[in-house]
Amino acid sequence: MRLLNRIGLALGLLAASAMVHAGPALDGIQEKQATNWHAIIMFCLFVALTMGITYWAASRTKSTADFYTAGGGITGFQNGLAIAGDYMSAATLLGLSAMVYGQGYDGYIYMLAFFAGWPIILFLMAERLRNLGRFTFSDITAYRLDQGKVRTMAAISSLTVVCFYLLAQMVGAGQLIKLLFGLEYKIAIFVVGLLMMVYVIFGGMVATTWVQIIKACMLLVGGTLVMVLAMSKFGFSYHNLVQQATAVHKLGPKLMYPGSLLADPVTAISLGLGLMFGTAGLPHILMRFFTVTNAKEARKSVLYASGFVSYFFNVIFLMGLCGILIVGQNASFFEGGTIGGKLIGGGNMVAMHLAKAVGGNMLLGFLAAVAFATILAVVSGLALAGASAISHDLYARVIKKGQASEATEIKVSKIATICLGFVAIVLGILFEKQNIAFMVGLAFGVAAAANFPVLILSMYWKGLTTRGALWGGYGGLVSAVLFVLFSKSVWVDVIGNKAALFPYTQPALFAMPIAFLLAFIFSKLDGSDRAKAEIEAFEDQYVRAQTGFGAATATKH
Amino acid sequence: MSSEMYEHMRANPKFQKLVAKRGRFAWSLAFIVLGMFYGFVLLVAFKPALLGRPIYAGSMLTIGVAFELFMFIFFWVLTAVYVRKANGEYDELTADLIKDAWKENK
Repeated sequence: MRLLNRIGLALGLLAASAMVHAGPALDGIQEKQATNWHAIIMFCLFVALTMGITYWAASRTKSTADFYTAGGGITGFQNGLAIAGDYMSAATLLGLSAMVYGQGYDGYIYMLAFFAGWPIILFLMAERLRNLGRFTFSDITAYRLDQGKVRTMAAISSLTVVCFYLLAQMVGAGQLIKLLFGLEYKIAIFVVGLLMMVYVIFGGMVATTWVQIIKACMLLVGGTLVMVLAMSKFGFSYHNLVQQATAVHKLGPKLMYPGSLLADPVTAISLGLGLMFGTAGLPHILMRFFTVTNAKEARKSVLYASGFVSYFFNVIFLMGLCGILIVGQNASFFEGGTIGGKLIGGGNMVAMHLAKAVGGNMLLGFLAAVAFATILAVVSGLALAGASAISHDLYARVIKKGQASEATEIKVSKIATICLGFVAIVLGILFEKQNIAFMVGLAFGVAAAANFPVLILSMYWKGLTTRGALWGGYGGLVSAVLFVLFSKSVWVDVIGNKAALFPYTQPALFAMPIAFLLAFIFSKLDGSDRAKAEIEAFEDQYVRAQTGFGAATATKH
Repeated sequence: MSSEMYEHMRANPKFQKLVAKRGRFAWSLAFIVLGMFYGFVLLVAFKPALLGRPIYAGSMLTIGVAFELFMFIFFWVLTAVYVRKANGEYDELTADLIKDAWKENK
């Protein structure tokens, strides 16, 4: 098995590097993009480094605990960086800087909504998550409920969230690599999908975590550098920057007003709910809480992660504002050289153009490599979360009822990773034209409505029964997906109908109450003996949640 | 075995004390964050013009940006406060509780 792993890894490495090297050769397709060797070299260095780590991680990944949670031996600081890495995805860097560039203050509101979930996760969830969970968050929801049914439900909703989020990442990847390497969008998507599979299949959580940590550091350094260089053009004065930006922006003074994007109150509130509680329902983020040694380290992870995230969001806000002047007023960044036209490489490329404008090809290369690394790291985390839902929840616990051997469980998760990789590739190609920050918003809406309500009720409400959890979980999932499907972004923009059936783009405000209400009603109506036993079992679960006694411990190597 | 330990812990008044103290502290902090954040969202939804106003005449810094920046910092400070207290005081109480339960279990 180990030898096979090694051979497979070597093949993966070869294939990946071949595809990367194929980039420049195909450059003639887009004549406007000169090959950026800085970017290519830096990206290849990153791939080489992470492949080295993956090779090292492969030798340390033997048990299921190693594969899913890196043996539970990650420290709070490392995990904090990795969580920040998971959270600061390509959508945050590219999508949010583009949003500030286009809509100004609205982008900043978006960022606060992304951030505000973190303190809540710490206060109400982090220690309980660590004390009750082992590999996936369904370990918690299914703790005292029917293993088979509840896990199936949790796995399905996890996979839905993972697919939505993967989609956003893949689209970002495609656009970025198209701009940088002059590669076809489709080929770019294949490269990302393939590299992701190599990381996850061979390195499991150990490799995924280290890829996240390295990339989070690169992102923090790269973003800060671009921001500082850009701000130096305005004498480091926020006053100067905003004065000039509002003078040239098409929104004028309205640039610093909320409104153009969050046009109506319902959308604003729904978005706020979705982003805040969605964070607390993202399977790949929740999974990170099981990689640390104990609740103490879990709390520290949130402290570090939220510090990095909040710092970086403010950096992005400044980057976006600087972009309005430095990128938005420079004809060479627009197709055909007309200011105000279409940005070269698409609307999400503001951060990249800004890097080039303030730091030349070297900085563009670095930031581009970082952004690409970001996408790879986040899709790996997502794929791992999705694969563990399939292998740990569905295969090992539901189908094999806990009787699967570790070796087969790991094998199933590797196969699942390959399948997810291909799903991501296909969806990435299908959704090429959508704004990526917006799609992450959709993933959050589903996470908030499908995962969060059942998870929080299972930890806090004694009265939750299997029947209630199933109705709440499926109800939230189905309603969130339908709301998204019938909204403008899919019903009109993708399917091509004339008018949306659901007038709002954000599902959380409607889908979350449905989930909570269904969980409550059907738990209350459940008078079966099993329900009584489940309610009684809450007492022991509660003591474990509070004290951490009996919680899964780190495995030693 | 585990179940007996849980039984001992539940019966220990220290457990009630831990749960009550930590719970109250965590929920108060959560309410501060939720209150400020959703108050802000309501402002965005119903009073957008107010957020666009400068903090003083002639300033380019608007009320909205200033308030948001404050929340970014303040929320993080709250997480630091909680981690400090939970990893210190509350964890000592927890360790104490588990020790008691082991003794009773002998």
